[in-house]
Amino acid sequence: MTAVVDLRNVSFAYGDSPAIEDVSLQIDAGEFLGLIGPNGSGKTTLLHVMLGLLTPDSGSVKLFGEPVAGFEHGERIGYVSQQATNRGGTMPITVRECVRMGRFPHVGHGKLTPTDREIADEALETVGIADLAERRVNQLSGGQRQRAYIARAIASEADLLALDEPTVGVDAESRDEFYRLLESLNDSGITIVLIEHDIGVVTDRADHIACINTKLYHHGDTESFVESDALSEAYGNTGEVVHHHH
Amino acid sequence: MSRNEQGAVDQEPVGTDSVRNRILSAGPRRTIELSGIGVVGVLAAVMIAFIGLDWLRHGPASGAHPLVESLYATTGIDRAAAAVFGQFLIGGQWIDYYLGTNVFRHSFMWRSIATGVLVGIVAPLVGTFLVHRQMALIGETLAHTAFAGVAVGLLFIGVTGWNGSLLFVALIVSVLGALAVQWLTERTNTFGDVPIAIMLTGSFALGTLLISWGRDVMTVSIDIEGFLFGSLAVVTASGARMMSVLSVVVVALVAITYKQLLFITFDEQAARVARLNVRGYNTLLVVMTAVVVVGAMQVLGVILVAGMLVIPVAAASQVAQSFRETLYLSVLVGQCSILGGFAFAISQGLPSGGSIILVAILFYLVAIAVSGRSGAALSMH
Repeated sequence: MTAVVDLRNVSFAYGDSPAIEDVSLQIDAGEFLGLIGPNGSGKTTLLHVMLGLLTPDSGSVKLFGEPVAGFEHGERIGYVSQQATNRGGTMPITVRECVRMGRFPHVGHGKLTPTDREIADEALETVGIADLAERRVNQLSGGQRQRAYIARAIASEADLLALDEPTVGVDAESRDEFYRLLESLNDSGITIVLIEHDIGVVTDRADHIACINTKLYHHGDTESFVESDALSEAYGNTGEVVHHHH
Repeated sequence: MSRNEQGAVDQEPVGTDSVRNRILSAGPRRTIELSGIGVVGVLAAVMIAFIGLDWLRHGPASGAHPLVESLYATTGIDRAAAAVFGQFLIGGQWIDYYLGTNVFRHSFMWRSIATGVLVGIVAPLVGTFLVHRQMALIGETLAHTAFAGVAVGLLFIGVTGWNGSLLFVALIVSVLGALAVQWLTERTNTFGDVPIAIMLTGSFALGTLLISWGRDVMTVSIDIEGFLFGSLAVVTASGARMMSVLSVVVVALVAITYKQLLFITFDEQAARVARLNVRGYNTLLVVMTAVVVVGAMQVLGVILVAGMLVIPVAAASQVAQSFRETLYLSVLVGQCSILGGFAFAISQGLPSGGSIILVAILFYLVAIAVSGRSGAALSMH
């Protein structure tokens, strides 16, 4: 089976300072990968390289078996960026308008069909915010807003969902619900890559872990990560507690 | 949904929602907006028709080819246009008669009004995307680039004796300026304001030098003040014609690329992941801005033109619920500002540019008062 994401010996530097060095990893279809590492360890850079937002200095990147530079099937990737990178906070836009964007890569310059609208509405149902469809995105709580962005990814019928610290500024209860939603999406076959600073959440939810600090310290299933020394090696010995209920 | 989230919903938006609901519920509100847009559309169509008649009545390009010659001879389309045009001005005389004015009987006034009506549509239309991409300063910069374009055009016409439109030269220079701005911003990573500010002042400096120098070496009379502050008298037949063509093109382009522009406006990074040609649409947006600015410069003036890109959008964003509604309301506020500003300028014998902008700001203040939202959420850059 072709890997959803296939990185081979990828390096990327901002000027002279290397952000990631010689990272190789494959993500298979249906995996839930938690990407962890200390602040400034290159997690976001690695995710951007995977998605083709950044071009690596060396190494090869493939998405769904295709070289990332020529990859055209934008609808197959759902991306939820850090809150600060979109205009949800200031722009007058409804939740429904936002979720329908997921259909835009499907229709190009054409009109949205009734089917497209239906798919968007179903995505709103799936994440449980159908009743908020006509609300302005900036009137939502942090957790609801991230659900809207997930709904956009579902509406695009993405096979790969990439999330960059989606729950920063979201209260604990909404966060739990959000991760339960991710799990159920993963169960339905969507591949997930999640950057998360809370290692406990990652070890609870993800089935695979990649731990990086410029270099890849560990990549494997959660079980093997918990038993390895990768955490203390990557973070230095901070003595953080790892939850593990498997 | 968790209790916690429910709480957040209940608390936060109550103030704004109840205010909005008091004004109008969604159904009639939408109907009123769409009717307003319909009226604006009809008005624009009439104005474009007027500009077309103004063009046709002189039998354009009749010397160019015998075929055109015979077309005029057999159809009599130029004479028909002249007749309808005459009727239009007679209608204007009646309006003057009832209002006790001396305005609507003159074809040059109608050209200005027509240009203004079109500006009132396309400037807020493009401005909606600019403002929410936090690129409002770019509109200001392109206006100053267009001023340099006017100066270059003056010199070009003075030196070569070319019998073309000054605005056309300004349009080309402004589009080149837009591409330069795009190039600059791509290299500064963000729409950082320092290179943009340098470009803004630099092109204006170049314009003033070229005009002073041009005055010394040749005898071209030009109403520079008209271009700086906007004037009803500065709109020429060819300027109005250019504006009508540009307006149709810009409205069509926005209609075709609405979804893509919306996506890159909302989340440029996600749009890139979705494999939209973000760079292409950015360039399109900046070039459309340049084009709109050159057209709008005639009635608003270089210094005030950016106001028309920003203020109606700021007003609309206060009260609108959705992005589409923001677009509609921006155009409506823009149109009302243009017509209100014209009325004030004509009745008081004052420049049109300042009048239009002050009326627009009045709408903005009303929008803030009505919505109860703070105006601080929007930013220039």
